[in-house]
Amino acid sequence: MGAGHTHPLYVHEHSPVHHLPAHVKLVATFTFTVVVATAPREHVVTFVVAALTLLAAIRVARVRLRFLLPRLAVVTPFLIGALLLPFVASGPRVDVLGIPLAEEGLWGGFGIAVRAVLGATASLLLVATTEVPDLLRGLERLRAPRLLTQIAAFMVRYLEVIVGEVSRQRRAMTARGYDPRWLWQLRPLTAGLGVLFVRSYERGERVHAAMRARGFDGTMPVLTEERPAGVRAWRLALVLPALAGLGRIAGLLVHG
Amino acid sequence: MLLAMHAPDGFLTAPTAIATGVLSAGAMAAAIRASRPELDDDRIPLAGVTAAFVFAAQMVNFPVAAGTTGHLMGGALAAVLLGPSLGLLVVAVVVIVQAIGFADGGLTALGYNVFNMAVVTALGGWAVFRGARRLLPATPTGVTLGAFVAAVASVVLSALAFSLQWLFGASAAVPFDTVLTAMLGVHTLIGLGEGLITAGVVAAVLAVRPDLVRGADGIDRAAGPARLPRARFVLAGVVASLIVAVGVAQFAVDNPDGLERVAEDTGFSEVAEDHALGSSIFADYATAGVGDETVSLAIAGAAGTLVTLALGTGLLLLVRDRRRGSDASTAPTA
Repeated sequence: MGAGHTHPLYVHEHSPVHHLPAHVKLVATFTFTVVVATAPREHVVTFVVAALTLLAAIRVARVRLRFLLPRLAVVTPFLIGALLLPFVASGPRVDVLGIPLAEEGLWGGFGIAVRAVLGATASLLLVATTEVPDLLRGLERLRAPRLLTQIAAFMVRYLEVIVGEVSRQRRAMTARGYDPRWLWQLRPLTAGLGVLFVRSYERGERVHAAMRARGFDGTMPVLTEERPAGVRAWRLALVLPALAGLGRIAGLLVHG
Repeated sequence: MLLAMHAPDGFLTAPTAIATGVLSAGAMAAAIRASRPELDDDRIPLAGVTAAFVFAAQMVNFPVAAGTTGHLMGGALAAVLLGPSLGLLVVAVVVIVQAIGFADGGLTALGYNVFNMAVVTALGGWAVFRGARRLLPATPTGVTLGAFVAAVASVVLSALAFSLQWLFGASAAVPFDTVLTAMLGVHTLIGLGEGLITAGVVAAVLAVRPDLVRGADGIDRAAGPARLPRARFVLAGVVASLIVAVGVAQFAVDNPDGLERVAEDTGFSEVAEDHALGSSIFADYATAGVGDETVSLAIAGAAGTLVTLALGTGLLLLVRDRRRGSDASTAPTA
């Protein structure tokens, strides 16, 4: 596997957020998204407070917004869906610039968009400040089934290798002047994917055999002793959901 | 893909998220128990590398028409290759890692995302696959056709599951029939693509290592490599197109607006990307596809009608390509 290990969404830094234990950050991010996802969409105050808190956290983490914003592209299909809601939703209409839009749809679209953006930004911040193997170990500490976290760990470890095979297949195909762009040219691509499966499976068998030979008994040895997260770490991490929670309460007070 | 795929936080209501989360966790627990005999042999590395394959396979963009591409979901494929329980686990792990490690799909949306993309596709696809195999001959060809049908069904079932969740837990008042119409209409077409890719992959694996295809137990190895007899495949294509045409027309008469808008605009926004062969696997997660909405919207209008036709023709030429060897580059260019 060698070089090029860094994850494209990870930002190497030494901020307080980077240094927090992964499981603490997972709990904080998850709680934050729960607060945001369950807030009634009319509670604009809640979303404003949550957004400001998240911006502050991004600042503390020394992750640049210019890095995060383009990566929000994952939610664009849903944003487009949200934009359409005012047109397709039922209920009373309001005129916006002469176009009759469903009031319910406007709120619905706002709700989906704001939750999607805030949730995705929080997740991006988590990934930007935590490397994926650490996240998986964090999940394990939160008592996720070991079987799943280990399958995930092997998957992440070999992802680059498998993807490397894909790009070599691609290059071989292109080098031979084949550039499929129509559906009926699917066949060679699917055959390539079939070969990829066989190769991946056989690689898995080899990895398994090699690990057995080195004493693998079904569980990965833990090399670094896991220290329990200190109170300080929890206190720092939980500022994010706590402030969002305060925003939620403020929303209840303001919007009734 | 689309609405059923990688939904963000708060897309459905909290009770729906919790209910689907419980269902997904239950299904995964059952799958873990069912695949114990395999995984007790500490074959976790194997499952992990196969999960990496599914992840990578989702990154491979396939051409649909000039400049428009789609990609595999892989639930039915994983089930046919690995069996329902390990297939479900592997795809579930992929979905979970995409949410937690790649910020693709909301953390609080994991319940319905895992349910729609892993549980429904693997279990539903497997059920349809077993049913189809009972009707088809026990040959590589039969298995390949079964995989085709299972993959089409898995996508449609996934869309159906999402629509039902929308019925119970919509975050906005879009009428149920509008959502169902759009989801089923678009996903039947996408399902055909999923079916073609799945069948192609299964046929290729069957040709090299038939023992790796869990769903191909008890086949007649002497029957030779999977041949996709033109008549039968064309028949399958025609039947599928008819179902699509009839089905979509039904819904379209019901509610033309909803179908057109949602289908065109949300439907093809994700499948449309610059050109098929983006080499970076993380293209999906970075900036790819941002500026393409206008293009995809323009294409999408025409695509609905054209895709059906192209798929039919594609089925035909797929068979012909195979017979002529790899001489497929003679296809017309735009």
